[in-house]
Amino acid sequence: MTDVPVRREKLKSSWIFRPGVRSAVIQILLVALVVLIGWFIYRTTRQNIITQRIPIGFDFFWIESGFSISQTLISFNENNTYARAFLVGLLNTLFVSALGVLFATVIGFLVGIGRLSQNWIIARLCGGYVELIRNLPLLFQILFWYLAVLAALPGPRQSFTFFGDIFINNRGILMPKPMFGDGIGIVAAVAAAGILLSIVMTALARRYRVQTGTALKTWPFSLLLIVVAPLFVFFFLKVGVTVDRPELKGFNFNGGLRIIPEFLALLIALSTYTAGFIAEIVRAGILAVPRGQTEAARALGLRRSKLLQLVVVPQAMRVIVPPLTSQYLNLFKNSSLAVSIGYPDLVSVFAGTTLNNTGQAIEILGITMLVYLVISLVISFVMNIYNRRIALRER
Amino acid sequence: MKRSTILFSLALTFASAGAAQAATLDDIKARGSILCGVSGGLAGFAQPDDKGNWNGIDVDFCRALAAAIFNDPTKVKFLPLTAKDRFTALQSREVDLLSRNTTWTSSRDTQLGFNFAGVIYYDAQGFMVRKSAKVSSALELSNTTVCTQSGTTTQLNLADYFRSNNMKYEAVVFNTADEVIKAYESGRCDVFTTDVSQIYAERLKLAKPDEHMILPELISKEPLGPLVRHGDDQWFDIVKWTLFAMLNAEEYDISQKTLEQRLKSDRPDVKRLLGIEGNYGEQFGLTNDWIVRIIRHVGNYGEIYDRNVGEGSRLKIDRGLNKLWNKGGIQYAPPVR
Ligand SMILES: N[C@@H](CCC(=O)N[C@@H](CS)C(=O)NCC(=O)O)C(=O)O
Repeated sequence: MTDVPVRREKLKSSWIFRPGVRSAVIQILLVALVVLIGWFIYRTTRQNIITQRIPIGFDFFWIESGFSISQTLISFNENNTYARAFLVGLLNTLFVSALGVLFATVIGFLVGIGRLSQNWIIARLCGGYVELIRNLPLLFQILFWYLAVLAALPGPRQSFTFFGDIFINNRGILMPKPMFGDGIGIVAAVAAAGILLSIVMTALARRYRVQTGTALKTWPFSLLLIVVAPLFVFFFLKVGVTVDRPELKGFNFNGGLRIIPEFLALLIALSTYTAGFIAEIVRAGILAVPRGQTEAARALGLRRSKLLQLVVVPQAMRVIVPPLTSQYLNLFKNSSLAVSIGYPDLVSVFAGTTLNNTGQAIEILGITMLVYLVISLVISFVMNIYNRRIALRER
Repeated sequence: MKRSTILFSLALTFASAGAAQAATLDDIKARGSILCGVSGGLAGFAQPDDKGNWNGIDVDFCRALAAAIFNDPTKVKFLPLTAKDRFTALQSREVDLLSRNTTWTSSRDTQLGFNFAGVIYYDAQGFMVRKSAKVSSALELSNTTVCTQSGTTTQLNLADYFRSNNMKYEAVVFNTADEVIKAYESGRCDVFTTDVSQIYAERLKLAKPDEHMILPELISKEPLGPLVRHGDDQWFDIVKWTLFAMLNAEEYDISQKTLEQRLKSDRPDVKRLLGIEGNYGEQFGLTNDWIVRIIRHVGNYGEIYDRNVGEGSRLKIDRGLNKLWNKGGIQYAPPVR
């Protein structure tokens, strides 16, 4: 009995066992290790580059690319530089990801809510969707849409034709493209200003309602600002409109607006796949709202739609948003599977063709990683702001 | 205690990785095998059969190297690489050489940091279309969609050709040869383009090869050959002279069939080649009978050509430019002296 405190005394005296010291030592060691590894990687790379006499640097950006790209949101041809090719690839990645996020969210919410539906058939259908989509590899789904569905469409000469001007074939979907004359920029500017103004107006009206309890009708003004005003300017300036129609010329259609099958396949696969996961997140979020909340709202006499809008959804969103963010990040990163079906995304155009033609592997992979990192961080940042806004505020 | 051991061994690993700039030949001998980067599946050049054995002219070249170094043609590990990944794989020492239907170009020879050891196959880029499209010349291909592979000379030649002939086109670019041919077959593209030898090979993958034809125009020079990294002249010499050895052997009529008899020859040039006289092999750090080993295990250039892409194969490609210089072609190896 008596020697117990003595032993404790001894233990205490050994500074190495003090938690603070110990964790500091571990952290210093860890940092040292990381620095060491980094240094060795740097040294090996440097040595390899020297012995293999590989030029390094970013001058390659300003060399003429010499290749063409099948989908470009900004104009691009063989005479343009690798820098512009990079931009084309980046925009293609952002484009498919942004639309993917949009569609995945819409489908995901519909399916997630549908799974909780009172209607047995809808609930089962949505459940089946989730199980099917979540359990098949994404690459397989992309290839399925590309090779089994879109490639099975007829050739340009046998296109499916809708309304005389819309053609669907194995080269994509073609439709007439409206071409606007001078002044369309002003119309667009007016519309943009209208959207901004109505956002501000809605926010002000909301604050007024919170303070005074009186709801103001804002939508007629929004309609005026966003639709009527630009239309007025459009007719006032007499902006000319011509239509560029797709036309079969030899092997392919010329003119018009074309959505390429690679883009469609990737977009469909990314949206439906991610929607499967989002559906489950939404379902979990809704189920996480305590029953008492719904019952209380009903006791107050709220209609079902108001009940969802005012009570269930705001609380469910708090559970939904954090995992939703990681689904968005997944979708964005998964978009790089584009290479397997020839969609010209950043990885295909820049980390693929450009890397191969210039051989600047370190620079190009470095930039590509950085781009993915930065965009992922931006997505997280935006979602975090949103999350903070909807978070529970203690009063 | 433990942590420091781990640290130390980690440091060692990285330090040795940094210092492992030793001669490639020593690395190969220590490892007991050659790491050879090949195509992922291209009939005639490099393709695994159902048992996983690799076949093809590019494969046989690496076997010849193994025969020369180890007297055992099986001491090669084949790494299938896509067109896009091949150069990084060589730069980062994942393979000792590429023997992967790769075109010798100025930028690859300089900027990418490689040395080409010679030309194992003189090729040229061509176009394949459906017979039903009823075209007879590449100049009629305006406004077509063309399927091709990323990171190849093909992709760039295609752009040059259409641009200089003022023809509109859409290039759909895939990662692997299989994806390209599948997209072409599905009708996504009107035209399939790559080196002609590879069109022959890929055409075999189509359900109905007879419904497709190769257009007469050849739009580029594609000298395909093995390549190594800058910075190791000994290894570069070995690869280069292995190719020359196979060409010289054919020129001097030394084949698997005639080897035993030619070993008794008293022509001085044959004797030098077969290591009976001189120290030709030792000059590279090999044995003097290295060519005997190559011929015994693999064969001469004519034999590997015939077996893999020529008359003795499914491809049946005429030797054309790849005939020896004294038989009407341009295959020519420097003399052994
Ligand atoms: N010779 C050209 C083209 C070589 C090339 O990669 N051709 C493709 C097209 S058939 C190929 O072999 N692919 C096989 C694969 O990716 O496994 C070059 O060096 O760039």
